[in-house]
Amino acid sequence: MTAPASADARATTTARVTADFPGPKLHKIWETEPGLRGWFSTVDHKEIGLRYIVTAFIFLLLGGVEALVMRVQLAQPGMRLLTPEQYDQLFTMHGVSMIFLYASPILSGFSNYLWPLLLGSRDMAFPRLNALSYWIYIAAGVFIYAGFVVGEGPNAGWFNYVPYAAKQFNPGVNIDVYMLGLILLGISTTVGAANFVVTFLRLRAPGMSINRVPILIWGTLTASVANLLAVPAVSLACFLLWMDRQFGTHFFDASEGQPLLWQHLFWMFGHPWVYAIVLPAMGMVSDGLPTFCRRPLVGYTPVALSTVGTMALGFGVWVHHMFATGLPSLALSFFSGASIIITLPSAVAVFAWTATIWGGKPVFKTAFLFFASMIILFVIGGVSGFMTGSVPVDWQLTDTYFVVAHIHYVLIGINLFPVVGAIYYWFPKFTGRLLSERLGVWNFWTMFIGFNMGFFPMHLLGLMGMPRRVYTYASGMGWTTTNLIVSIGSFLFAVGILLLLINVAVSLKRGKAAGENPWDAPTLEWSVPSPPPPYNFAVIPTVESRHPLWEEQLNESSARSSLTEGLLLDQGRQTIGTSPLDGEPTLILNMPGDTLAPFVLAVGMSVLFASALFQAWWFAAVGVIVIAGALMAWFWPHQAHRTPDGVEPADG
Amino acid sequence: MANVAETVLPVGARGRNSVGWWGMLCLIATEGSLFAYLLFSYAYLAVQRGQSWLPEPHPSISLSGPNTIILLASSVAVWWGEEGVTKQKRGQHLTGLGIGILLGLVFLVVQIFEWKTKTYSLSSSSYGSLFFVITGFHMAHVVVGVVILMTVFVWSLMGYFSPRHHARVTVAGIYWHFVDAVWLCVFFTFYISPYLMG
Repeated sequence: MTAPASADARATTTARVTADFPGPKLHKIWETEPGLRGWFSTVDHKEIGLRYIVTAFIFLLLGGVEALVMRVQLAQPGMRLLTPEQYDQLFTMHGVSMIFLYASPILSGFSNYLWPLLLGSRDMAFPRLNALSYWIYIAAGVFIYAGFVVGEGPNAGWFNYVPYAAKQFNPGVNIDVYMLGLILLGISTTVGAANFVVTFLRLRAPGMSINRVPILIWGTLTASVANLLAVPAVSLACFLLWMDRQFGTHFFDASEGQPLLWQHLFWMFGHPWVYAIVLPAMGMVSDGLPTFCRRPLVGYTPVALSTVGTMALGFGVWVHHMFATGLPSLALSFFSGASIIITLPSAVAVFAWTATIWGGKPVFKTAFLFFASMIILFVIGGVSGFMTGSVPVDWQLTDTYFVVAHIHYVLIGINLFPVVGAIYYWFPKFTGRLLSERLGVWNFWTMFIGFNMGFFPMHLLGLMGMPRRVYTYASGMGWTTTNLIVSIGSFLFAVGILLLLINVAVSLKRGKAAGENPWDAPTLEWSVPSPPPPYNFAVIPTVESRHPLWEEQLNESSARSSLTEGLLLDQGRQTIGTSPLDGEPTLILNMPGDTLAPFVLAVGMSVLFASALFQAWWFAAVGVIVIAGALMAWFWPHQAHRTPDGVEPADG
Repeated sequence: MANVAETVLPVGARGRNSVGWWGMLCLIATEGSLFAYLLFSYAYLAVQRGQSWLPEPHPSISLSGPNTIILLASSVAVWWGEEGVTKQKRGQHLTGLGIGILLGLVFLVVQIFEWKTKTYSLSSSSYGSLFFVITGFHMAHVVVGVVILMTVFVWSLMGYFSPRHHARVTVAGIYWHFVDAVWLCVFFTFYISPYLMG
């Protein structure tokens, strides 16, 4: 879909939406063609978002099953279900699946689906990049799991310390699969992050200045900026380790290089990453919780600033993962101080949520239960993090189950609980049907009790000295009963996840019809039909406040957002480009249509990485040619702009 | 209220008023970070392993110094070529791009020549590993930059650009300037900093 050659600049027109205008025309322009070709070539952010969510959830289930197998092994002392080698691969794959293949992609999925709807846009800034990001993600996931399936999965823990991961001590292909897979995944994360940043800067609806965007936008934006700056550290570390293993370089060996370089590069990435996989989820809570409290979030500005502030500090705390490596005490003091100070911006959000519930009239829907319980889990995970931020406490607790408890309170508490809440909250928008509330309450309490039963006792195991990553333990250690409780709790937690799946399956068919705005929520995504049409907004809304759908009740000023009358933009696949801070319209954007280029590009990259693994360089050349072809198709300029005689067409 | 009605707005990409421009800035931010981590690795190993780690004699600037000037000159040429397209001076536009590409290729040839003069290799020491990986990363970026400039040159010959529609020229240009700026950091690290360390 291209604009005619003469349409070089245009006076904008506005229109009022009616039942058959301009919807049907836009539908034709924006819809994805049915069938296999359409499936592989779609660039619709909603389709891509849902695929991200479903794929990430599958990895969550895989990682979950791996955890359950380990919990059977650890339920009693001296069990022989798994060999030590199998246990190594299982705990590594569990970490890799949850941290890399679930926690971040699930948030990308929600943000991909929701961002244009929250911002009043018709798509993301780079729709094709969005598709590419998804295809590379799934390629990387398959790449890493392929290694695991043939018994050559990563086996040195998700943070993959040398010398365990060095060729000398780990001669198989396991680590190479992990390193190359993670570089591939890093490309997916990076292009996705760039897409969010530019969408934030240029694709907000007219009038949506940066102090009017939902907190989820702040969360994902902050995470995306951090990803742009942090992901290269781990991609580089992976590349250098692969070079050490395959080409005899000396970055990480003790004789010529420095093994601690790995830890520095990994955690320079790893700590900002921890915030990248919680801040968008915290944003979901900041946006969802107020809907069920029937009032705006308390302290929008402090929460937005503390989101950004947490991340800024998050770049200066990586050494707290390395307190036990013999660094100078000056470095330990600095990083310990920074790790303790970072609790301050985190606390801002906790107080804001608590005050929102306190000052509101809570409606106890399932989504509310998940969002509200997250505050408790966040505080527990925060306190255990604060404890290990102190050097002497960390020396006592590092590499014990206390740290395992901490990371699970943080990741399940601040990522999975908000995500399940978000599924209850936005499922009606995705599908047009509500999830069952009756099953939902069971779902919540099973997960909440199972989680705390499964993970709280791990704190005690850590204090009793049980080291993490041991495949079994002796019966005389005094850990037996606690481990059994942990295993029972983890299975109960898994039942909770199963109830969620059942609820989704049942409600997809038999759920109550949701309508546009089942929760009477305040933000733009609730102003369009459920599920939204391919073009999202029939006319581009004009925004006058943070809560476009609550302006009557709140009556903060006389200005009203305009939702049914706005920019028309029905001459081709177009949306509006606005200025980075104030959201003033500056440009009519021609959006690309569906194309196979992202899929082909991802295939080319997969070929390249697979050839690198087997060092089949002729095959790699094939990958490079495919990549080059896809890029050419992608970036080839518009025929419409061609002026062979050097004379420009007049404005139409 | 944001004024949306009856404003004349440009359609499509318009130089820096395009999403492509911002997308390229994101790419530069992440690539810049990559080089920052590479140079951090150099600095970290240099500090960890001490003075004797550096090769003796210290790397000479007899080839890399002039080569730096060549690369900077190519940036100027590309900038001048971009000026050409905005002022509708086709000759200046194509000449600028052409000189930029040529100087980029000369830089690559000189770099390969410099590689061949080294007494250490990728696997002989951690210094050698860092030298060849970091300059190799940079060379890969020069290769990509030259390919991008060549593509833009061909598109320009085919008449795709005009004073109003040349976002691709602007975006390719800023990438090239970035590749040159990164070289200054690499050059300073390998060729100047050893002399400052005594």
